[in-house]
Amino acid sequence: MIATQENTMKDTDIKRLLYTHLLCICSIILSIFIPSFFLENFSILETHLTWLCICSVSVTAVNLVLYLVVKPNASSKRSSLSFKVTRFVKCCVYFLMSCFTFHVIFVLYGAPLIELVLETFLFAVTLSTFTTVPCLCLLGPNIKAWLRVFSRNGVTSVWENSLQITTISSFVGAWLGAFPIPLDWERPWQVWPISCTLGATFGYVAGLFISPLWIYWNRKQLTYKNN
Amino acid sequence: MSKMQKISVLLFLAWVSFLFYAGIALFTGGFLLTRLELSNHSSCREPPGPGSLPWGSRGEPGACWMASRFSRVVLVLIDALRFDFAQPQRSHVPGEPPVSLPFLGKLGSLQRILEIQPHHARLYQSKAHPPTTTMQRLKALTTGSLPTFIDAGSNFASYAIVEDNLIKQLTNAGRRVVFMGDDTWKDLFPGAFSQAFFFPSFNVRDLHTVDNGILEHLYPTMDSGEWDVLIAHFLGVDHCGHKHGPYHPEMAKKLSQMDQVIQELVERLENDTLLVVIGDHGMTMSGDHGGDSELEISAALFLYSPAALFPSAPPEEPEVIPQISLVPTLALLLGLPIPFGNIGEVIAELFSEVEDSQPHFSALAQASALHLNAQQVSRFLYTYSAAAQDLQVKELHRLQNLFSKASADYQRLLQSPQRAEAALQTVIPELQQFLRGVQAMCLESWARFSLIRMAVGAAILAAACFLCLLVSQWATSPGFCFHRLLLIPMAWGLAGAIVCAGLLATTELKLDPVILGAMAAVGSLLPFLWKASADWGSKRPLAALLPIPGPVLLLLLIRFAAFFSDSFVVAEARATPFLLGSLILLLVVRLHWEGRLLPPKLLTIPRLGFSAPTGPPRHNGVQALGLGVGLLLCIRLAGLFHRCPEETPACRSSPWLSPLASMVGGRAKNLWYGACVGALVALLAAVRLWLRRYGDLKSPEPPVLFVRWGLPVMVLGTAAYWALASGADEAPPRLRALVAGASVVLPRAVAGLAASGLMLLLWRPVTVLVKAATGAPKSRTVLAPFSGPPTSQADLDYVVPQIYRHMQEEFRGRLERAKPQRPLTVAARQLGSVYSAAVVTALTLLAFPLLLLHAERISLVFLLLFLQSFLLLHLLAAGIPITTPGPFTVPWQAVSAWALMATQTFYSTGHQPVFPAIHWHAAFVGFPEGHGSSTWLPALLVGANTFASHLLFAVGCPLLLLWPFLCESQGPQKRRQPPGNEAEEEEEPLMEMRLRDVPHHFNAALLQLGLKYLFVLGIQILACALAASVLRRHLMVWKVFAPKFIFEAVGFIVSSVGLFLGIALVMRVDGAVNSWFRQLVLAQQR
Repeated sequence: MIATQENTMKDTDIKRLLYTHLLCICSIILSIFIPSFFLENFSILETHLTWLCICSVSVTAVNLVLYLVVKPNASSKRSSLSFKVTRFVKCCVYFLMSCFTFHVIFVLYGAPLIELVLETFLFAVTLSTFTTVPCLCLLGPNIKAWLRVFSRNGVTSVWENSLQITTISSFVGAWLGAFPIPLDWERPWQVWPISCTLGATFGYVAGLFISPLWIYWNRKQLTYKNN
Repeated sequence: MSKMQKISVLLFLAWVSFLFYAGIALFTGGFLLTRLELSNHSSCREPPGPGSLPWGSRGEPGACWMASRFSRVVLVLIDALRFDFAQPQRSHVPGEPPVSLPFLGKLGSLQRILEIQPHHARLYQSKAHPPTTTMQRLKALTTGSLPTFIDAGSNFASYAIVEDNLIKQLTNAGRRVVFMGDDTWKDLFPGAFSQAFFFPSFNVRDLHTVDNGILEHLYPTMDSGEWDVLIAHFLGVDHCGHKHGPYHPEMAKKLSQMDQVIQELVERLENDTLLVVIGDHGMTMSGDHGGDSELEISAALFLYSPAALFPSAPPEEPEVIPQISLVPTLALLLGLPIPFGNIGEVIAELFSEVEDSQPHFSALAQASALHLNAQQVSRFLYTYSAAAQDLQVKELHRLQNLFSKASADYQRLLQSPQRAEAALQTVIPELQQFLRGVQAMCLESWARFSLIRMAVGAAILAAACFLCLLVSQWATSPGFCFHRLLLIPMAWGLAGAIVCAGLLATTELKLDPVILGAMAAVGSLLPFLWKASADWGSKRPLAALLPIPGPVLLLLLIRFAAFFSDSFVVAEARATPFLLGSLILLLVVRLHWEGRLLPPKLLTIPRLGFSAPTGPPRHNGVQALGLGVGLLLCIRLAGLFHRCPEETPACRSSPWLSPLASMVGGRAKNLWYGACVGALVALLAAVRLWLRRYGDLKSPEPPVLFVRWGLPVMVLGTAAYWALASGADEAPPRLRALVAGASVVLPRAVAGLAASGLMLLLWRPVTVLVKAATGAPKSRTVLAPFSGPPTSQADLDYVVPQIYRHMQEEFRGRLERAKPQRPLTVAARQLGSVYSAAVVTALTLLAFPLLLLHAERISLVFLLLFLQSFLLLHLLAAGIPITTPGPFTVPWQAVSAWALMATQTFYSTGHQPVFPAIHWHAAFVGFPEGHGSSTWLPALLVGANTFASHLLFAVGCPLLLLWPFLCESQGPQKRRQPPGNEAEEEEEPLMEMRLRDVPHHFNAALLQLGLKYLFVLGIQILACALAASVLRRHLMVWKVFAPKFIFEAVGFIVSSVGLFLGIALVMRVDGAVNSWFRQLVLAQQR
């Protein structure tokens, strides 16, 4: 009886997950097409930085709205205003820190140190949007929880599982995006960091698609221990 | 027993290396065609052979071997002008409309001229010889030889032609040569042109820059008359082929443009001028070239002169001639000597008289040209066969006989002109037969890919890789027996190979050592694999054959695939650190993922999959994360020392790669010098600190003394040498001699010190505890239970039996970890780093002379390299559980990371896998005056410079196995020892003695480590070989893939030798430790 209840809960969760992910994908697609109505000469490749900004803002906004609407982990114990404000400020700090960390990692990976700083940083912001923002929304500014989710057998819900999948696929996408750079095809998208941002975006979108499906297929095997 | 195992491990590694060598040698034999370059030159005054002067030059002043027929030549070289590009549109079946292809019938002016002036022009189908790449073809078209990829003896540092060639003969004769077009000529003939307009040839997608540049200068130059020979090299057709292929409408436009050019040139020609239009090679259906298919080697050759040139009208079907025929023909027509190394045959037709004044006069002129040509070829053959042995002796004799007969016939003909008609009938064919025979013989040995050799070589490489994988998996399986499974099939296979060799010898085939080696390899591989599959395959599922974990497999696959793309080979210097960084981050993330990075209390969920047998995690999270970040930082810093490949013009090489001597400005130079010396000192201090931490620097043993005193002397010597080398020009004149002497002595002294240090290390490898072996265990740590040094006989009486009991237990194989005796384990702790101490000492001793061969500032990279390997070993050790009592394994990610780091260091020490990037100055370290005639010593020095990273990392490979045991000591040290009796039960870490305790598993682990490293390197060389053979038609094959293959092959050989030495060193230490224990026991029994 309890098992069936749990299963139906899981099914509804998966359904909600699918819808929220579809909305995220929509926001990315819209960020490609909508700005061309307002901005002249807008295209992903030529005005890449503009697109990066718009994309990150829209994905962040959609994530925040979805978090507020869906409330995947509704068990927030305290809800005083000051707590919320400090929480929000903490989230902002974490986000900035993750941007800088990513930037440093890119440079360590071989990105140019001085030239193209803005491009590299915006890439870091975009990647943070795809990875850190969902983490912040779902888990809050709680490093321990993050570390738990990203370790073996560490997830405790459908939401965390999908977070794991989308984050990893975003990273893998960005990593794969670096491979076309040395090729001599002389395409405009081979320039740093365009291929990587595109790769991260594709990875994120793919993760958004895959995670509900994967969780759905494996729903029998997945048992989440609610502590 | 243990000794037998060691020998069989070493033998097996040597055999596997031999398999790879055989594969590499066989592949190289089929792929890299080699030839010796002679630097002899023909000259006007020296006729090529005895005999009277030929007919034409009689009485004409200034004429050379033959009177000149044309004073000027316009050579239009249209790159990749395939023969059928000059053909008209024709229908294959009569009655049907002609096939319309973009490249057919566009050179209409040629056909028109051939029809209107049949005695003035001729179209030939010229056959180019492979490799059909532009640079090789240009060499052929000027030297008349068959250039191969490696023309041995040539100057690797530049592409300039050292052989005798037409351009050199022209400039010697004082003719003005004007060139315009492809800038390849600039590299081939530096400074040879009186006027030159070079245009970049690198961008294959650019169809017009070169051609338009030529057209801008062509007609004005021609009208100015300031030239004797005008060469215009058009690239548009070739680039169009590469970009679009021949079937593209763009090709029609390009060919029409060329047609226009020819037409305009013809209109401007004067009577004493010859026009030559030639394609250097053809192209395949897809527009590529480089290989030996029919379409690639057939090129068009068109000759035209305003004065009548040919006695007869052109034949219906154009004649087929070898491309290099142009060289002797042009030389004789211009009144120049034929280039020394030419093996082409003159186009006899061109030497006939048009107005036949006398009977047979034409034929006689042809015969004299042919005879001159034959004399020159015979002279070349004689010189070449004296210098090199790669021509077939039998054929050589036959040709020499043919030549003497033809020559004798020719002389007879000259003496008795009465019977000329009959004699001419025999002389001309004889001479032609000789010349064609020579060409065929040279072609056989110089200019043909041997696909069979390439395929078999690659197959041997693949099989050897598979073998490595198989046996490395097998070595750690429980029932592994060294002798039966390794030695017996080996002996069996070698015996088979010897039988094969005997059979070959009896059938009187030529015994090629390469083929013999390959036979031996195949003969020993097949029985081994057969036996292995029979013994092993039945017991285990096939899935166990792929033991490499997923991420590492992906990494290896990426690496494998990257060798097939010229862009990735060129960008390897950037791609390798990227992959290495990814692997490192992956290691850190995986440690976290499996819960080993963080203390368990942070995890709210119990970790299920985690079952490390060593108990608590040995590293806390911050430390492993710090190691990872430190590694990334090191890699990035090392990447600052980066030399750009010439294919990427936008990239700028690091200025720090140049020697300090090239710097101007005292302050910066001094600062840099200080930094370099600082790096040296830091390196030394780090090594000494490490040795002191894990070992004991107080022992009076010679190697330890050497580490304490010899290494600082080496540092001093190096620093002094650098000071002299960087400031030699500023030295006061009276000190010049001293400085010169010191710069000879100092490097040799450092190298000598290093060599003696290595000798010492091999002689007494047990650096740590031999002091106790000499009799009385006076060492302080052995007596840890006591409060002070052993003062009384009673103390000694207590300690020694304890050691003895331990030995007894140990020799009976009953050593149990749970209750080791206190003093014994203390003794073992001191011994705990005996293997790695030896390896680290050897590495340091190797690194210093290698460092001396590099530019000063590379010392910073060497420091980074040591630091980086240290960090990597620590990080890897965090992920490797110690499984006592074995079997021990070295995980794949460790071996791949090590190999990647070797490649990364190769690049960050300022190397590139191309010949012009080799650091030639290394040959002069310690030999500022050069080496005289010896070649092996400079080759050794340059090789040591180039492959320093391969050598260091291969020798250091055993550290991958040893390091986790070394890190064991860190855990207990942090724990506070509880007071009282419990301290007695505290288990001291055995560290590397754990390895010694189970010699079977130790040897198996060393074998496995060696095989895994060979596998990782082996698939690289396999990928290079496959890429070179699959892409042998690729535009970049001789510029990128072939040099990469050579560097990778030599690197593999160096690495395998280094690996062998490293493992042998560890085994030598093991043997010494064992004999030390035995001596201890014997001393006690007495």
